[in-house]
Amino acid sequence: MKILVLISQVPDTTARISFKDNNTAYDGNGVTWIVNPYDEWYALVRGLELKEAQGGTVTSITVGGADNDATIRKALAIGADDAVRIDAQPNDAFEVAEQIAVYAKDKNFDLILCGKETIDHNGAQVGAMLAELLDMPYLPVVGKLDVSGNTATLESDVRGGVEVAEVALPMVIGCAKGMAEQRIPNMRGIMAARTKPLNVLPAAPVESIARTASFELPPPKQACRMIPAEEAGKLIELLHTEAKVI
Amino acid sequence: MSVLVFIDTRGEKVAKAVLEALTYGRKVAEASGTTLTAVTFGDAGGDKLAALNANKVIVARAVGSADGQQLTKLVVSVAQSEDARIIVFVQDNLGKAVAPRVAARLKAGQVAGAISLPDMANGFRVRRNVFSGKAQAWVEVLSPIKVISMMPNSLPIESGTGGAVVEEFNGDLGAARIIVKELRAAGAGIPLPEAEIVVSAGRGMKGPENWAPVEELAQLLRGATACSRPVADMHWRPHHEHVGQTGVAIRPNCYIAIGISGAIQHLAGVNQSKVIAVINKDPEAPFFKAADYGIVGDAFEILPKLIEAAKKLNAER
Ligand SMILES: Cc1cc2nc3c(=O)[nH]c(=O)nc-3n(C[C@H](O)[C@H](O)[C@H](O)COP(=O)(O)OP(=O)(O)OC[C@H]3O[C@@H](n4cnc5c(N)ncnc54)[C@H](O)[C@@H]3O)c2cc1C
Ligand SMILES: Nc1ncnc2c1ncn2[C@@H]1O[C@H](COP(=O)(O)O)[C@@H](O)[C@H]1O
Repeated sequence: MKILVLISQVPDTTARISFKDNNTAYDGNGVTWIVNPYDEWYALVRGLELKEAQGGTVTSITVGGADNDATIRKALAIGADDAVRIDAQPNDAFEVAEQIAVYAKDKNFDLILCGKETIDHNGAQVGAMLAELLDMPYLPVVGKLDVSGNTATLESDVRGGVEVAEVALPMVIGCAKGMAEQRIPNMRGIMAARTKPLNVLPAAPVESIARTASFELPPPKQACRMIPAEEAGKLIELLHTEAKVI
Repeated sequence: MSVLVFIDTRGEKVAKAVLEALTYGRKVAEASGTTLTAVTFGDAGGDKLAALNANKVIVARAVGSADGQQLTKLVVSVAQSEDARIIVFVQDNLGKAVAPRVAARLKAGQVAGAISLPDMANGFRVRRNVFSGKAQAWVEVLSPIKVISMMPNSLPIESGTGGAVVEEFNGDLGAARIIVKELRAAGAGIPLPEAEIVVSAGRGMKGPENWAPVEELAQLLRGATACSRPVADMHWRPHHEHVGQTGVAIRPNCYIAIGISGAIQHLAGVNQSKVIAVINKDPEAPFFKAADYGIVGDAFEILPKLIEAAKKLNAER
């Protein structure tokens, strides 16, 4: 099975959020960058499990500048066979999807795995856009994935419960919690990652159709109103009469 | 020219998010001096569709399940016949399967998870959440056609007058490639993403055997239950209840957190709630900084008092 895993780099989950250049760009100064948790814990690890059980290859792909290289090395250390970086500075999700589509279109991947969303952009867009550009089926929030022969069996949370679906490969899948367990790279993996191939490819020309114009921090929260423990019932009263939310 | 809204009308009740999307579409249509068309699929009755807040409802009855490719063809085809310049979706699991595909197909810029109406005064800008609710961004759409996926619970519903013209869609959408084998229905309660009131508990509850009062309070308040990540990881509670950065992101009107410390990754999934109430025995718990109401105390002593007060409230209303 030929598997492609989409890897994106995001600020650490505890990173301070602030902006620069007149609030038009994220201030990454002093921030620790990590692999987007959905990409690392679920998409990549499930891809590796399938490869280990059924044979094949796992290629990781990232669209971004050379500042992504540590993130890519981590994917290799966890077990990806090789990595591709498309050297572009995307303005929005569509540009990411277009770059990956240009790369993937004649490579015959059986399975393309991405995260259900990035934890910084929160778009949940790239996987579906890529699937449309490649004319493949896509499911956005998959918690369980099995592959038997040419057929994937997938479980997704939908309105009203869990939906079990079957899809003939190839397809694109947005990976969510439940699909696999996080793997910590070991020393051997980290050493091996140094010699695995990282192919840097030039960006394809794309048209910009959307961009983030500016950022804002939410207004500061008002001080919390404390209710003494002995009068705890008063909370329900206040939620009803004052906040009017119950 | 028109504004188009894609909605899911399957099931008995029209979901709240559908009514919100129609309200959103109606407001955008009014602001741009045009009409609102809704596009949907499945077997909803004509009366139910005609009552929706739209000028026209186009329904593809032959499509029964949510296949992203069939639905993309449907929306793209209707968008062309209706000359739609703005297409509105809900940012839920169905919207995530269709909206980005439609955007890619039409080369239309997409605002995913919009929390405001578009500002059309200069250019076309919409506000959305980024960094898991820790900040907001204004996205500018540069293409002639715009796709907006609206975040549920981000504007009050207006019901409109009904009287929509209902039309059948009979075009060819190809065969479904996603074959639904089974739908395992969730428990009877309110689905977490749709709940307006959520009662959530964490490791402070000590063990799964102690959840009865949490469930009772949620039931009395007609809300849903949720939990922190370690609680789901230890299998004290089902995975779909896990809220936060790596779980479900919710934005109910009221979020009551019991025995949850308020780690930044937890807050990332709940900080969009309108009102947050926190019960924790540690006065230094970080959650109090994000809360509107707080009680410092032992959950096992506080919960019975809340249950009693909720019963009293229900008896009065
Ligand atoms: C990348 C990453 C992603 C993560 N994603 C998520 C996520 O999506 N969601 C999430 O929830 N977490 C997430 N976490 C974990 C998060 O950092 C915290 O560890 C977790 O939220 C803590 O859960 P908790 O508050 O239930 O437990 P604890 O941190 O153990 O807190 C328990 C709280 O209960 C209080 N308490 C104890 N006994 C009582 C009592 N009798 N009465 C009242 N209060 C009591 C304590 O004072 C304490 O504040 C993530 C972590 C990482 C690194
Ligand atoms: N720059 C990128 N390079 C490679 N993959 C990406 C990139 N951005 C997003 N992705 C993938 O697409 C998924 C959804 O991203 P988003 O649409 O931004 O929420 C992520 O979880 C990644 O798997």
